[in-house]
Amino acid sequence: MPIFDLSNTPLRELNSALHALSQGANDTEFEVVNPRGSHAVAVGIDSPVTVAVRGSVGYYCAGMNDGGRVTVHGSAGPGVAENMMSGTVVIEGDASQYAGATGRGGLLVIKGNAASRCGISMKGIDIVVHGSIGHMSAFMGQSGHLVVLGDAGDALGDSLYEAKLFVRGEVKSLGSDCIEKEMRPEHLEKLTELLERAGVTGVRPEEFKRYGSARKLYNFNIDNADAY
Amino acid sequence: MCGIVGLFLKDKSLEPELGNLLSDMLITMTDRGPDSAGIAIYGGTAEGRAKITIQSANPSADFEGLAGDLEKAGIKAHVWVKSTHAVIELDASKLADMRETLERIRPAVRLMGSGESVEIYKEIGLPKDVVARFGVRAMSGTHGIGHTRMATESAVTTLGAHPFSTGADQCLVHNGSLSNHNNLRRELVREGMTFETQNDSEVAAAYLTAEMAKGKDLGQALTGALDDLDGFFTFVVGTKSGFGVVRDPIACKPAVMAETDQYVAFGSEYRALVNLPGIEDARVWEPEPATVYFWDHDKAA
Amino acid sequence: MSYHNPYTPPRKSATFDDYTLAEIRRAAATGIYDIRGAGTKRKVPHFDDLLFLGASISRYPLEGYREKCDTSVVLGSRFAKKPITLKTPITIAGMSFGALSGNAKEALGRGATIAGTSTTTGDGGMTDEERGHSQTLVYQYLPSRYGMNPKDLRRADAIEVVVGQGAKPGGGGMLLGQKISDRVANMRNLPKGIDQRSACRHPDWTGPDDLEIKIMELREITDWEKPIYVKVGGARPYYDTALAVKAGADVVVLDGMQGGTAATQDVFIENVGMPTLACIRPAVQALQELGMHRKVQLIVSGGIRSGADVAKALALGADAVAIGTAALVAIGDNDPHWEEEYQKLGTTAGAYDDWHEGKDPAGITTQDPELAKRLDPVAAGRRLANYLKVMTLEAQTIARACGKNHLHNLEPEDLVALTIEASAMAQVPLAGTNWIPGKGGF
Repeated sequence: MPIFDLSNTPLRELNSALHALSQGANDTEFEVVNPRGSHAVAVGIDSPVTVAVRGSVGYYCAGMNDGGRVTVHGSAGPGVAENMMSGTVVIEGDASQYAGATGRGGLLVIKGNAASRCGISMKGIDIVVHGSIGHMSAFMGQSGHLVVLGDAGDALGDSLYEAKLFVRGEVKSLGSDCIEKEMRPEHLEKLTELLERAGVTGVRPEEFKRYGSARKLYNFNIDNADAY
Repeated sequence: MCGIVGLFLKDKSLEPELGNLLSDMLITMTDRGPDSAGIAIYGGTAEGRAKITIQSANPSADFEGLAGDLEKAGIKAHVWVKSTHAVIELDASKLADMRETLERIRPAVRLMGSGESVEIYKEIGLPKDVVARFGVRAMSGTHGIGHTRMATESAVTTLGAHPFSTGADQCLVHNGSLSNHNNLRRELVREGMTFETQNDSEVAAAYLTAEMAKGKDLGQALTGALDDLDGFFTFVVGTKSGFGVVRDPIACKPAVMAETDQYVAFGSEYRALVNLPGIEDARVWEPEPATVYFWDHDKAA
Repeated sequence: MSYHNPYTPPRKSATFDDYTLAEIRRAAATGIYDIRGAGTKRKVPHFDDLLFLGASISRYPLEGYREKCDTSVVLGSRFAKKPITLKTPITIAGMSFGALSGNAKEALGRGATIAGTSTTTGDGGMTDEERGHSQTLVYQYLPSRYGMNPKDLRRADAIEVVVGQGAKPGGGGMLLGQKISDRVANMRNLPKGIDQRSACRHPDWTGPDDLEIKIMELREITDWEKPIYVKVGGARPYYDTALAVKAGADVVVLDGMQGGTAATQDVFIENVGMPTLACIRPAVQALQELGMHRKVQLIVSGGIRSGADVAKALALGADAVAIGTAALVAIGDNDPHWEEEYQKLGTTAGAYDDWHEGKDPAGITTQDPELAKRLDPVAAGRRLANYLKVMTLEAQTIARACGKNHLHNLEPEDLVALTIEASAMAQVPLAGTNWIPGKGGF
């Protein structure tokens, strides 16, 4: 198994090795040690490779991941799994702001807390946070699911489009055009599936509330100007 | 834009290491700020004594015979020269005299900071060069803050570097960009504050000093800053016995903190903290927006 | 005795002119701000106020043809493994599929390829057609991140991180309901028929210190192959250019207020951002002070119309220019051919700017398939190529007359100004004098 020690190996070598993988390559398991807060670790993966990162990473870990499985045994800086296309990213610790930003697919699991703007502009990604999330999360979220077992900060789902938000704890405040919505059987089913995929046990989907767009900002109306 | 670091020691046995630890933290942040760097170290207090840090563009001319000239002017002081800066140590009662005297006998010299505890060193250049130039690694103290600068809207000069000190033992470093600093500067000038630069961060430092001069403590002044300052900011502020952190309500600029039994640390990126002792087991968190955090040796952590 | 008043002509107000009066009434009637496309329409100091000195007894011109005047430019030499070489320094600016019809994008790609230059995607992502038709394609990386994906990043020839654009520095992108067709909605992952609001800041970074990390990430994803451009509107060009360089850009793109947009508030277009002419010298000065002039290339856009504008921008220190509005006009936008239909829309050829309504008779700024059919991409591509070649020849002619064997050898000293404003902005002397406002004599 290729091991990259980022304390004495340039980041370029790790990422180019990950990009050089062809279909049916033998080495599909990578280990990264001593990341020490490095940025752009394991970005641009485009094959079903598994990467274990032993330590905490800086910004944009697993950025634009497409098909890889990246686990960070530590915490992640801003923008983890940004623009992810498919695959899985698991953060054992906490994630900083913009976790899963503009993600288009795949699953991001954060076992600790995520900071502000979790799932900002999400475009299809599924995010499951075992802990709590910060303010302005799911801002302009277009599609995908955000599941939070803990609490959510101010302005959850501000300017939301069609992303679906499920929060089990307290929501400090809702953003523009975001409202609580009815939990119907299909939502409970989806939530069950997401919790299972994220390895969450000991909670029931019924303990969550669903939040979504009120859709009042979908077509411009001057009387809604206060919302902007 | 910039990189900020800060270290507040709870464990006295780490005090001799302060300069060394801060230097590593600062150098790690070089990418965020290649233009200039600065560091404020608090330490070496003695009863009834005070310190002034000065900077000169012409150190040999200005620092040569300075102690002698000061004595002639009636002030007994020790002068330690460190490259382009000098630290003058004197009787606290002579501090006001000292500023007047310096203006008279060394008008070209600039005041970097003054107070009982603080020494401030800042210069243009890469952090590793600035740190080497002033021998920061060898410095000891109770707490310190540092800054690497990528100048946004004002010039790359020594004076434009952070930390900015506008009051005794008070200094501030800033990551972000204020948007109403020009109006605020004009008001503060009317209230009697003086400014050396067009820098937005200097306005923030002066604002805090002005508020504290009106009787607020640092925590209250920082809380006022959340309303009165507009823009994006993460501030780390140093006072004689303490260290404060605040982020604006939008909180886009990064901020990471780490705490153990031995210290409380701040960095713009987690990378800055990785060499600190015991970091693997530290409590690592990000300060909440619009919330003042403060640690004070006097008030016992 | 009777006193008979002489005739007094009615006097309209300069402040409350016809446009202003109509706008106040419109706002009162509709309760919505006016949204339109294109760049600033009011007169601002521009390249028209600059003149070249040409050759004389002290300076000798080059003959045409054999005495070459090179027009090529290399973009991205700073860090990219695969910098871009263009035959002409005139590139096509970013305009989205969604703002423009598929046929229009195809026409731009075809024309640019014939002329040996690049096109740029817009706020909506890369289409297969554009990648197919455009030999050199710059891929925009915008706050909205619509359609953003690593495959397109990797098949682009350059990546343009958009911080802002000249028509609306600080504003987001807008594409009102009528233009979100199925295809556009799909590409942007939005419900059909809604008014799209766009973020004005990037979702995952704010500030040049974090931009530096983002650029590093983009380079790592694309294995350091592609030039990275950073595009800003005309706000604080001196600082913005310096910061783009410090953040690691290969190329800086500066868009003045004449630069067009698909749709934004008229108030924004007309009142935020600086004229292109005011942006160039500060940006060049920043590059020179950092020792990066010609090492980090500068592309200037916003109101580039002729080879003279190209030559003037280059003389002031730019490495290349980009055209948007002019390219659309070349392929048929606002053409008098459709005058009857413009009149039905309440406008006239040359004034039509309600592009967000998607009713463009020329079939360019619309998604309506019936209208889009009116544009023949092959013929339109040919027209664009013609126009690009004419501009290149014009620039060469001027450069030769100034004694240059490469367009990049044009200098500010080849220029003089007709007005004080232009003189101050371009930092070239008022014609016939050696005076530059604020700078005294040479």
